[in-house]
Amino acid sequence: MKVLVPVKRVIDYNVKVRVKADGSGVDLANVKMSMNPFDEIAVEEAIRLKEAGKAEEVIVVSIGVKQAQETLRTGLAMGADRAILVTAADDVHEDIEPLAVAKLLAAIVKEEEPGLVICGKQAIDNDLNATGQMLAALTGYAQATNANSLEVDGDAATVAREVDGGLQTIKVKLPAIVTTDLRLNEPRYASLPNIMKAKKKPLDEKTPADYGVDVAPRLEIVKTAEPAERAAGIMVGSVDELVENSRKGAI
Amino acid sequence: MTVLAVGATAKDAADEAATIEGVSKVLVAEDALYGHRLAEPTAALIVSLAGDYSHIVAPATTDAKNILPRVAALLDVMVLTDVTSVVDADTFERPVYAGNAMQTVKSKDEKKVITFRTSTFDAAATGGSAAVEDIAAAEDPALSEWVEDKVAESDRPELTSAKIVVSGGRGVGSEEDFVIIEKLADKLGAAVGASRAAVDSGFAPNDWQVGQTGKVVAPDLYVACGISGAIQHLAGMKDSKIIVAINKDEEAPIFQVADFGLVADLFEAVPALTEKV
Ligand SMILES: Cc1cc2nc3c(=O)[nH]c(=O)nc-3n(C[C@H](O)[C@H](O)[C@H](O)COP(=O)(O)OP(=O)(O)OC[C@H]3O[C@@H](n4cnc5c(N)ncnc54)[C@H](O)[C@@H]3O)c2cc1C
Ligand SMILES: Cc1cc2nc3c(=O)[nH]c(=O)nc-3n(C[C@H](O)[C@H](O)[C@H](O)COP(=O)(O)OP(=O)(O)OC[C@H]3O[C@@H](n4cnc5c(N)ncnc54)[C@H](O)[C@@H]3O)c2cc1C
Repeated sequence: MKVLVPVKRVIDYNVKVRVKADGSGVDLANVKMSMNPFDEIAVEEAIRLKEAGKAEEVIVVSIGVKQAQETLRTGLAMGADRAILVTAADDVHEDIEPLAVAKLLAAIVKEEEPGLVICGKQAIDNDLNATGQMLAALTGYAQATNANSLEVDGDAATVAREVDGGLQTIKVKLPAIVTTDLRLNEPRYASLPNIMKAKKKPLDEKTPADYGVDVAPRLEIVKTAEPAERAAGIMVGSVDELVENSRKGAI
Repeated sequence: MTVLAVGATAKDAADEAATIEGVSKVLVAEDALYGHRLAEPTAALIVSLAGDYSHIVAPATTDAKNILPRVAALLDVMVLTDVTSVVDADTFERPVYAGNAMQTVKSKDEKKVITFRTSTFDAAATGGSAAVEDIAAAEDPALSEWVEDKVAESDRPELTSAKIVVSGGRGVGSEEDFVIIEKLADKLGAAVGASRAAVDSGFAPNDWQVGQTGKVVAPDLYVACGISGAIQHLAGMKDSKIIVAINKDEEAPIFQVADFGLVADLFEAVPALTEKV
């Protein structure tokens, strides 16, 4: 089977986020961008399935600005076989909503017929946690979100999911959509030779028009503001002082 | 406002929901099909009922976050998750970038599908008496089946609604030593939380993770022990009323959000604190 892995280019998780002074959004000009950390976990899982002989081909796909090519090359350097870039925005500040992303992915799923789609559970920029579930809805496939472990066996997959209260294990019919949680695996780093090799792997360039999908946003961003700051606290010198001070609060 | 209670056993929850003020009707779909919180059948049921409603909402728990985006896509609308405040019927506020920015968004969709972050809202009062009506189960998409739940039984309060949370990080060092965090929590009648590093290292179970990609808590008191204060962790606890931090490194960023900070070895300070509270 083929495994499709959607990867999103997002602000690097180590970068301090700055809200633009005019309230129009977060400043993404000249900041370090990386693959969404949950998507690295997804690529890793797909490659492991291939290494275990359970998948024949791993395809990475990214939807966004042209520079998402770099993110796809990272996926190829990790071990994916080929890539699809859907250029849907000119400006990095234009975020394509999960519903539109899911529609594009559904069209790609129809063409490629993967046995499994592995997405991240959430993108660390918009923190929506929605694309995988939306893709599952549009394809009519089963969904297994927040995967802590994944086992593919014939035409089904068994997934332990990280849920409130612990773990829930479910069995889904393939094809299915799985979304990754933090504990699924530890993604590998791409080696230098693999980074070189990745440059020669095929990367298809597409546009939303190729799939007949309208990516116009449904949500209008009215404004983006700094969160409320916490007032500075005090340092105490001992456990006794800590107890005394905290008693004024809740202890 | 109609409340939907879905489950293999949902009657008791429905009767309780009927007492919430402002609820006009409670629908109960009791069927074995809904016994294990699988997304596909529950989403199908909600979609079959969606016609009559302008807003379809649930709290931002792992179950609702699994189900509602599927519902939204089936209705061809965007989903709004983790909403922290309501501006008007179309406009909502939600945190983005691990809470480093607050976004106000206006939905152009006819129907709104929303999950609310419960820690930022007060519970509705009770005293109502809405009608409770049984409804039939919807179709079964038969795409997934339940295998097992691994849920730890605990007498501690639930993490996201606890008044006090005591959390441990990588600094705690091992699963065995996490007991000192739990002892302080039990003395305070608190829930136990953890950083991602503590969960990844196997000191604490996954559902204790507080943060951007774990649980969001806003208790009256949050005690962070051996947690450095990465933005991803702060995203899950910085709305707590009082934050206490114990860390041996005086430069740890957690002290920038703490109301009371103590530079100390947690292996001495936490047991001492447990003694004294
Ligand atoms: C579809 C479904 C079926 C369930 N069936 C059973 C059952 O047969 N027996 C049982 O003991 N427990 C059942 N549960 C679990 C039970 O409801 C949990 O005790 C409860 O979900 C825990 O609440 P929570 O606050 O942790 O939030 P979550 O379970 O994470 O709830 C998230 C949100 O989903 C919605 N939701 C959750 N449970 C229900 C429900 N039962 N009916 C309607 N909406 C719900 C609510 O909006 C809820 O706040 C079911 C849960 C769901 C979602
Ligand atoms: C995609 C993504 C999502 C993430 N989501 C989350 C999330 O939801 N929640 C989360 O918490 N993190 C999350 N993280 C991880 C986050 O970036 C940090 O790595 C993590 O929070 C660090 O945990 P920590 O503070 O326990 O460990 P560290 O940063 O290693 O800090 C340990 C602290 O313990 C102190 N210490 C050590 N020994 C002692 C002692 N004896 N006494 C007192 N203090 C001591 C040290 O001084 C240090 O400050 C995420 C990261 C990524 C990339």
